[in-house]
Amino acid sequence: MKVFGLVAVFVVGLLLLSATQDFPSWGNPRSAASDGEVSSFYIEKTEAVTKVPNMVTAVLADFRGYDTMFETVVIFIAGIGIIAVLRNFEGSDSSIDYDNDDNGAGLLARFTCSLILPFIQIFALYVVAHGHHSPGGGFQGGVMLGASYILLALAFGLSKAKRIFSERRTMIFAVVGIFIYVGWGVLCLLLGGEFLNYSVLDSILPGDAMMARSYSMLVVEIGVAFTVTAIMFSMYSNLSTRGRLSKGL
Amino acid sequence: MDPIIANFIEENIVPKFNYWIYVILMMIGLYAMITKNNLIKKLIGMAIFQTAIILFYVSIGVKEDGGIPIISHHGPDHHQETEAHSEAGSENLKHNIIDKDKYANPLPHVLMLTAIVVGVSTLGLALAISQRIHKSFGTLEEDEILNKLRPGGHD
Repeated sequence: MKVFGLVAVFVVGLLLLSATQDFPSWGNPRSAASDGEVSSFYIEKTEAVTKVPNMVTAVLADFRGYDTMFETVVIFIAGIGIIAVLRNFEGSDSSIDYDNDDNGAGLLARFTCSLILPFIQIFALYVVAHGHHSPGGGFQGGVMLGASYILLALAFGLSKAKRIFSERRTMIFAVVGIFIYVGWGVLCLLLGGEFLNYSVLDSILPGDAMMARSYSMLVVEIGVAFTVTAIMFSMYSNLSTRGRLSKGL
Repeated sequence: MDPIIANFIEENIVPKFNYWIYVILMMIGLYAMITKNNLIKKLIGMAIFQTAIILFYVSIGVKEDGGIPIISHHGPDHHQETEAHSEAGSENLKHNIIDKDKYANPLPHVLMLTAIVVGVSTLGLALAISQRIHKSFGTLEEDEILNKLRPGGHD
């Protein structure tokens, strides 16, 4: 098996390496990927059309809005799937009992985490809110916010973190995030545009159609951040306790 | 050094080292997925495989003089230019023309943001399923699981 694997890997690797003969060299601005019509449009027209300087966020939340919407749904389904796979819905095991003896880490770790946690959370919210002007966005900020709750669970014990961010609340957050995203698209439909065509929202938002797209990106990113935060914490708490949620790491 | 080897390195490895790194990383992941017996090690291989693809995509978005794909009106781009260039630069700024060679290609970054999210989702779900397998079979070794699944096998 090992020999067969090694041979297969070498053959595939040599094929891939021989294919790189035709690829453009490192950093070539005239390569097909970088010089194509689509990429050039995104670079040259993003700020003129949407007033958003961060092209990555603009492409993610506006030009390719469908992609990101279903991406959020993928995360949500993964979170639901983990719960469905791990939790035993039959018998007495199904009731969630929070373990009150679970005190988490030692005194020093708890004290340090209580100092750091507010700053982590504020920075995460900044990354979400400023994501269309500087590096950042809903996924990145959401992961940071989720990680801050994971840190809380590691330092103070899962039971305390679950009292703040309970299983029910996690799922409500995840659903609310998707509803914000989809609802914003439906709002565009109601105002006479296409689904996720933010420029028709200028009648209810301050500024012109371009500013409406900029604001809409912020709203959509907030929706993504809700879902990602909730599912990250849900994934951690379920995986670290085998779905019992009773005693964490 | 042998001139043939030196020539090969000069022409094929130096200008395309990003592809070499991605192929090597990807093959490490593939090897782990094919040959490892432990399910968690297979998952680690899958994660390495995904990382290699992310590296490949991001590296084809790089441009030699390009910065991050965020339009900056007061960033270092406008200060580093020489006299002749800065005149042209301010001219461009007046007419709101953006030089696309000054920014990295944003499209691979967006696609890979998506791929990272899919990677997290698949990895999380795969870990959950392997916990379930461990609960049912008491092991994560593939051959032992197959042995227990066989009709004549014990358990």
